[in-house]
Amino acid sequence: MIRLERRPTPSRFWTGATPVLAVIATMIAGGILFAALGKNPVEAIRTIFWDPLFGQFASYSRPQLLVKAAPLILIAVGLSFGFRAGIWNIGAEGQYIIGAIFGAAMALAFYPMDAVIVFPLMVLAGAAGGLAWAMIPAVLKIRFNTSEILVSLMLVYVAGHILSAMAFGALRNPEGMGFPGSRNLQQYPAAHNAELIAGSGLHWGTVTAFLAVIVAYVVMQRHILGFQIRVAGEAPRAARFAGVNPARLTAICLGTSGALAGLAGLFEVSGPSGQITPDFASGYGFTAIIVAFLGRLNPLGILLAGLLMALTYIGGELAQLTLALPAAAIQAFQGMLLFFLLAFDMLSNFRIRIGRPEGAQ
Amino acid sequence: MIGSIDPVLLVASLMIASTPILLAAIGEMVVEKAGVLNLGVEGMMIVGAICGFIAAVKTGSPLAGFLGGALAGAAMAALFALLTQVFQSNQVATGLALTLFGLGLSSLIGQGYNGIRPPATARLDLGPLSDIPVLGRMLFSHDWMVYASLGLVAAVWAFLRYSRAGLILRAVGESHDAAHALGYRVVRIRVLALMFGGACAGLGGAYLSLVRVPQWTEGMTAGAGWIALAIVVFASWKAGRVLLGAYLFGGVTVLQLNLQAAGVAIPVQYLSMAPYLITILVLVVISADRSRVALNAPAMLGRNFHASR
Repeated sequence: MIRLERRPTPSRFWTGATPVLAVIATMIAGGILFAALGKNPVEAIRTIFWDPLFGQFASYSRPQLLVKAAPLILIAVGLSFGFRAGIWNIGAEGQYIIGAIFGAAMALAFYPMDAVIVFPLMVLAGAAGGLAWAMIPAVLKIRFNTSEILVSLMLVYVAGHILSAMAFGALRNPEGMGFPGSRNLQQYPAAHNAELIAGSGLHWGTVTAFLAVIVAYVVMQRHILGFQIRVAGEAPRAARFAGVNPARLTAICLGTSGALAGLAGLFEVSGPSGQITPDFASGYGFTAIIVAFLGRLNPLGILLAGLLMALTYIGGELAQLTLALPAAAIQAFQGMLLFFLLAFDMLSNFRIRIGRPEGAQ
Repeated sequence: MIGSIDPVLLVASLMIASTPILLAAIGEMVVEKAGVLNLGVEGMMIVGAICGFIAAVKTGSPLAGFLGGALAGAAMAALFALLTQVFQSNQVATGLALTLFGLGLSSLIGQGYNGIRPPATARLDLGPLSDIPVLGRMLFSHDWMVYASLGLVAAVWAFLRYSRAGLILRAVGESHDAAHALGYRVVRIRVLALMFGGACAGLGGAYLSLVRVPQWTEGMTAGAGWIALAIVVFASWKAGRVLLGAYLFGGVTVLQLNLQAAGVAIPVQYLSMAPYLITILVLVVISADRSRVALNAPAMLGRNFHASR
């Protein structure tokens, strides 16, 4: 008889090993999925995980890795704070959109003035936009005890409609011949979040993402706030006795993740994407949830997980071109990864025992 | 301008618009009554939508479509049950995973089904009732699924209130340790509740793609599953109020669509936000009264059960 026995504390070994196991299991299950779609599974997996780094188009796709990983890491680092404390911000996608709108609006307000101050102001506006959008569920949670899960998620749809209203209305390019979408910020030097080293994929968003990882690591390990977050998540009652103020923690966790998501949106709209369009939202806010869990809610883990998830995006695009693999396959593939991760998590929290329990029952 | 909206048609389309949310919400209510929080309603709904759509198109029978949708939803729920009940994973995270996976899987399965019309679902012939002047068109001229969903709400209400099995299900949701000590199979009961919830969400999805829209587009649920979750909170876990909540939200949706069509001088995008904003507003009003929520919410909601003794 196989039974599960709860470990007194989660196993450190398995906590580190489960993401690796989950990735391997996802490759196998994904291979089966791709085979079911009539594709060669080995070729598909190689196209997704190997070719973007070492294949014949690698020189094009390698910089893309940093471009795609930056928003994922930035958002996931913010989310990890709340997820650890049991505060579930699942509306990062909305905060990302609002950050982009605020940032772009700031840039367009200055257009075509060429001043050094424009970009820093945009960064502030982007962070403020994401922060403001995340403070809605935070305030409602603190003041009225409303579920932050449902409110933050509802606000994603609201943000999506605001985005569309902006692209068709207030932010529309007056010289765009009636097409929806704002001016392209890539053609406005003062506002353009250009590559810092040409051809590297390194832009200010990437730099900020790396900074966020370092700061988050220090806060989580060395600062009282990190301690409070961990206690609140693992033993809410103990946290109260330890003097943790739940309202303050809710505001900090939601606010931080919102501001970081807003920054991610700003760096995206001023750089790789370039303009506010009705289909600007790309799902980074949702994929970042997977990144946060895959990285074990640990900043360094998130760095690696973000790079891996970026790889599946780029590999997925490549597989679309070369193997005609549908784009949705990658989305299902990413969802599968989270499933396997959650399933394998059992190994770090439980021991598997075979045989009947010992002692009197 | 606003006068051009026909109130009879408004109520009639309200019932159609509410049915998917009603189905998903009543299923989720049973799941939460058993003490499990499944945030994957959106994922189960959309997989139900595409599987039901394909089943209906392939067989030409809407009934087969609804069955297919329900089965697909239940299968997704089984996945959730395996993870949370057997592998003891976090329910919030697993629910999110179910939604993300469901959205991806549905658009993968749905390749090549865009722009097809499904077979029409038959109108239920209610004889003379449909001929009543105004009420007939409002209430008694819909397809059979609308009435089936109302029957389901009544059945769930009676099951939870009067049956022994319903009492056991509620006991599991209020205190799984006590229920376990009494000899009830907590995990088995929760798995069954989850499968029922999944089947309902799948049905709701199938209704969306077969009757409400009716065609398949990627991401067509557009938050309906999340609104269903909000309605369960709004309803304080009571079947009758789930019905009220679902029809209220259906009404808001239909009203804003009518206002759009009537050409009100508000940009379309702001009108489209209305259902989501009203959901938030209602959640705030309901949850502001802390004691009432604490009184009505199943005590074990979202907590995993592991039999250690």
